[in-house]
Amino acid sequence: MSDLELDRRLAVARLLGDRESLLVVTGLGSTSYDAFAAGDHDANFYLWGAMGGAALFGLGTALAKPDRPVAAITGDGEQLMGLGGLATIAVSGARNLSVVVLDNGHFGETGGQLSHSGMGVDLSNVAAATGFPIVKVVRTMAELDEARAIIGQVDTGPHFILVKIANGPMPRALPVRDGVFIKNRFRAHLGLAPN
Amino acid sequence: MATSPLSGSEPIEQTTEEVSSPWAGIIYDALMAADIRQCTYVPDAGHAVLINKMRASPNVKATVLTTEEEGIAIAAGAWAGGDRSVLLMQSSGVGNCINMLSLIANCRMPLLTIVTMRGEWAEFNPWQSAMGRATPEAFAIMGVQVVRVDSIDELEDAISSAATMAFDSDQAIAVLLSQKMLGRKEWVKQ
Repeated sequence: MSDLELDRRLAVARLLGDRESLLVVTGLGSTSYDAFAAGDHDANFYLWGAMGGAALFGLGTALAKPDRPVAAITGDGEQLMGLGGLATIAVSGARNLSVVVLDNGHFGETGGQLSHSGMGVDLSNVAAATGFPIVKVVRTMAELDEARAIIGQVDTGPHFILVKIANGPMPRALPVRDGVFIKNRFRAHLGLAPN
Repeated sequence: MATSPLSGSEPIEQTTEEVSSPWAGIIYDALMAADIRQCTYVPDAGHAVLINKMRASPNVKATVLTTEEEGIAIAAGAWAGGDRSVLLMQSSGVGNCINMLSLIANCRMPLLTIVTMRGEWAEFNPWQSAMGRATPEAFAIMGVQVVRVDSIDELEDAISSAATMAFDSDQAIAVLLSQKMLGRKEWVKQ
């Protein structure tokens, strides 16, 4: 691990510590494990599939709950499958949404192949080009704390936070996989009935 | 501060198409009666009048998509946050949704989508035919119930009952608007 790259578990734990009213959706793969390892929460919606959809799921929730900060936390590989979604989010007017991409430059779930971001594609530049009003690249814990303050804002987004993390295996931390349970738990947290 | 316009906030002038597309008003009224709060869409000539109405509505957050499957993920997130939503698309985009529909199936999310059909009646563009033909089956294999509307007389009831099925009964419903009902697309301006 390079000194310039963050430990993903420590980074997510820092982002989600004392999270207050934050609503969280996590993308297929390691980011769901990271969020669960930081502490299970009724306001976490873990995706175990729907690759490319995490940030857009977050957009739907953010538009529905404009007074609550919403963070979609996902990996570079998952976001690369939904690049067009960054354009959709940029023009959506969702000021309370943060797209947080943990970038290790690899497809960690599938054998550690190099991803496009590992080959030179800079997702923060993509987000800036689509018009995200706030784009931040995080390489240190101090920068992570600055990013955390941005994520809590509901009137300055959408925000794009690229967190450079170290590549490598992590101990498994597996959240619940039942989608109906997660849905109803999340809605109950917001005071909503199952239907 | 962001400079992008808030969804659904800009005034849209009535178009001349409005007169010739009375069905758009019927759908809009039925969606408002069903308390739809979010609308996602891939621009489509058939849906143009309805899209304008949605963007102009103070009750609706309207979001333009780059591809149809984005609307599936947004619909799921909207429901998780308490909003009922509708996804507007053309039959040519239905295949794009297949994998993302697993999110709807796995979480038993409500889904309401309204699809303008191409490639089935007076179609000029042969490239529309394959996906048009496959549209009902593409939905069916992912567990989306298809309701077809061939006549404007059936429209209000079809939208209203589809919304009930979606949001009260946790079902995924696609309402297909027949190309014959929508009318011929003019390829050469008169």
